[in-house]
Amino acid sequence: MSTLNQKPDVRGQTSEAGAPAGGLDRRSFLKFSTLAGGGLLLGFYAKDAFAADAAVGQPTAATMGDFAPNAFIRIAPSGAVTIIAHKPEMGQGIRTALPMIVAEELDVDWAAVTIEAGMFDTPKYGSQSAGGSTATPQNYDPMRRMGATARAMLVEAAAQTWGVPVSECTTAAGSVLHAASGRKAGYGTLVAKAATLPVPAANTLVLKDPKDFKIVGQRISGYQNADVVTGKAIFGVDQKIPGMLYAVFEKCPVFGGKVVSANLDKIKTLAGVKQAFVIDGTANLTGLMPGVAILADSTWAAFSARKQLEVKWDEGPRATDSTAAFDKRAVEIGSKMEGGTTVRTVGDTAAALAGAAKVVEAAYSYPFISHTNLEPQNTTAYVQGDRVEVWSPTQNPQAGAGLITSALGIPAANIKLHITRSGGGFGRRLSGDYMVEAAAISQKAGVPVKLTWSREDDLQHDHFRPGGHHFIKGGLDASGKLIAWAHHNVTYGTMGAGRGGGAPTLSPGSGGGLDGNQFPANAVPNFQVMQTIMECSIPMGPWRAPGNCAFAFVTQGFVDELAVAAGKDPVQFRLDLLDAYPAPAAPAAAPAAGGRGGGGGGGGFNVARARGVLQLAAEKAGWGKKFPKGQGAGIAFHFSHMGYVAYVAEVTVSRTGVLKVDRVVAAADVGRQIVNLSGADNQIEGSIIDGLGTAMYQELVLDKGRMVKGNFAEYPMIRMPQAPAKIEIHYLKSDNNPTGLGEPAIPPIAPAIGNAIFAATGKRLRAFPWSKTDLSWT
Amino acid sequence: MSQYTLNVNGQSRTVDVAPETPLLWVLRDHLDLVGTKFGCGIGMCGACTVHLNGTPARGCQTPISTVGTQRVTTIEGLSATATHPLQKAWMELDVPQCGYCQAGQIMTAAALLREKPKPTDTDIDNAMVGNLCRCATYTRIRAGIHRAAELGANGGAR
Repeated sequence: MSTLNQKPDVRGQTSEAGAPAGGLDRRSFLKFSTLAGGGLLLGFYAKDAFAADAAVGQPTAATMGDFAPNAFIRIAPSGAVTIIAHKPEMGQGIRTALPMIVAEELDVDWAAVTIEAGMFDTPKYGSQSAGGSTATPQNYDPMRRMGATARAMLVEAAAQTWGVPVSECTTAAGSVLHAASGRKAGYGTLVAKAATLPVPAANTLVLKDPKDFKIVGQRISGYQNADVVTGKAIFGVDQKIPGMLYAVFEKCPVFGGKVVSANLDKIKTLAGVKQAFVIDGTANLTGLMPGVAILADSTWAAFSARKQLEVKWDEGPRATDSTAAFDKRAVEIGSKMEGGTTVRTVGDTAAALAGAAKVVEAAYSYPFISHTNLEPQNTTAYVQGDRVEVWSPTQNPQAGAGLITSALGIPAANIKLHITRSGGGFGRRLSGDYMVEAAAISQKAGVPVKLTWSREDDLQHDHFRPGGHHFIKGGLDASGKLIAWAHHNVTYGTMGAGRGGGAPTLSPGSGGGLDGNQFPANAVPNFQVMQTIMECSIPMGPWRAPGNCAFAFVTQGFVDELAVAAGKDPVQFRLDLLDAYPAPAAPAAAPAAGGRGGGGGGGGFNVARARGVLQLAAEKAGWGKKFPKGQGAGIAFHFSHMGYVAYVAEVTVSRTGVLKVDRVVAAADVGRQIVNLSGADNQIEGSIIDGLGTAMYQELVLDKGRMVKGNFAEYPMIRMPQAPAKIEIHYLKSDNNPTGLGEPAIPPIAPAIGNAIFAATGKRLRAFPWSKTDLSWT
Repeated sequence: MSQYTLNVNGQSRTVDVAPETPLLWVLRDHLDLVGTKFGCGIGMCGACTVHLNGTPARGCQTPISTVGTQRVTTIEGLSATATHPLQKAWMELDVPQCGYCQAGQIMTAAALLREKPKPTDTDIDNAMVGNLCRCATYTRIRAGIHRAAELGANGGAR
């Protein structure tokens, strides 16, 4: 069980994001050059490194001979250890977790480690995107090898110095030890020697036995926490560079609209305003859209001037779109189990439903919502000729860099990009729109600019999580066994839009895809899923566990309805379905276009792991307790992004309909090793509350082609009083590779709570946001 | 534009800005105190919370012309050495995720603890309801305030 009063290690040493090696003498560092020692960089790193050689040229003799920092580790003669965190930090804790892995195998004290954020540098680091909960699974083994490689070279250096066999040397806390002679050498004293040694081959490395781990698996406090609590942590929006102007950018509220004219002459006369101009932009809904830029000598001057901006827009063909019309159409389409594109069909569902002892029918829906990063989108950029330097809170620097090249013609090699700490990601900062906007404004203005979006911009021009509708019929036989499942999903799509562009075909927005292989697909002999896409011009993007939140809400809610109809316990009904899976489980089919798929990074649905978390959550929660009316428990589980998570939620609903989540018991299987217990718990705690808030409150409404919710007054977010009173977290450590927790913990929470609300009140919640449903009971 | 001399974190600072300029932007753009954050601009997220004479105020809703001689305290001035019990508790319990809201959370909580050194969960909920955390660290914020109350009672620096 996880409790919040266990004391994690606290450390305060940090290095400013994107800062170079500071005052340290580069020559004094141990060198593991990525280019000279390709063997150090395994797998995708090595591949990228060699690809980059051709692009940027071979290193010169001078740089080869220099003690240039390696990709991930620097050790100074003083013994100071610096570990480079190459992935973007947005609250998911990756700049703590990955260095923990390196430090573990390097065998140094965590308190002695300084963490430095890596610049955007694909040749050096490989992918620096943080999305899809992939950073841990893709980096766990490579980071171990990074640390082990350095450790092996330091041990070799000591053994040679002392004239003793390597096999007699051990390491601990940043020193090499030779027990027989009682000798000990700090790593710092060995760097000069170690730097002359060949990099050992990967297959010669001896990794630690996990039972000897001292750092990995502990509760480690976030690497910049000391800076965060003193206001010193620098986020994207905190950047300031000499000569910088403060920019705002107004885009057409109707997605895809263009600027016809604007009162720029007046705007230029306003206090503090230095420049104002139109950016023509492109047709890419998630790229550089057209708009009007105002540059002033302060943020407030720019914000103030913007209030007087008058723009005549060409709103384009979608200026009459509305949520009301889309919803009406969706019901017309989806209420018929025909006409959609087949995602998956097995058996004869229509016949099975006709012959079923009992048929349950339901319609679920959820609206568009926003990512709502608390740090509004922003970027600081300085274009000089065909070069640009960028400071951006991004979780995907490649995306912004790609747009800067494609929209502004700046060669990829001329983009210098600082990945700042981000005030939240949630998938929004996988998009590079705000980065290319800042660069475009700087390019046209000829000065460095910091572009800051308003909260209203953020809610109006998010790359939204798509809304959707699901119409489902389930057939039970006389024994209560699920024999048929017919499902029509109506979602939203755009023509050829989406991240990175694409062929001009109608495809679902990110998170609007449908995986026909999700639970309970393979447990039902007659199973039919179809999808219809309604075309719109709304920019859509991945929102934390794209698609899975919606899918889990729908399927785990409907499975609960079926359990009730079958007169079975909700846990047992699910276990029966898992038992009905063919053994071994059928391999996952390819997800539908645009879908995230259940795997979210690979790996098919594993029945045993699903059963494991379901049973663990039920057991730890004491499933089966009797509650008085107005209280109840609900259960749900889901598999996404390689992780299995189940929740039991216990709720109280007052007679007047006020919901209180009293307790949530979590069971998570993300493999055999949790890297940072504190960080892992944080992701689950946050997912529980975020998932509840999303289900309860969040809703965007489209009218006249534009999103009409302006700010937090119209778009409420969950606050402290609504947070669950008690959260208990349990990990099921199955013998699988460690995987991420940023996403898989969010999808099952809404259905668990929704099912608990049903147990408490008899009211079945089938539409987000729940706040629109009266929960009162008598 | 007008000149204003402010008392910020115990220092006298003079700025030349428009009278309606919110304190938030004076702090961030003119005084380079960027620990106070912009989240919504309408006083509903609490990321810009500072103290005026010890009382929490929304920096985005406080025109500079209304500040006068009030003592302005920002997160940078809460404790010169990061030893306020809330700061220690936040690090100990690993409260922050992205961290963007936490300055505002801590400033609001600091005022609560001054009023109520031993707050209940309800006290905490009532005091903190105006501060959004998008990462939803609310359970740890709650635990962090309780922990800070313990540290304060045990003689921690205030």
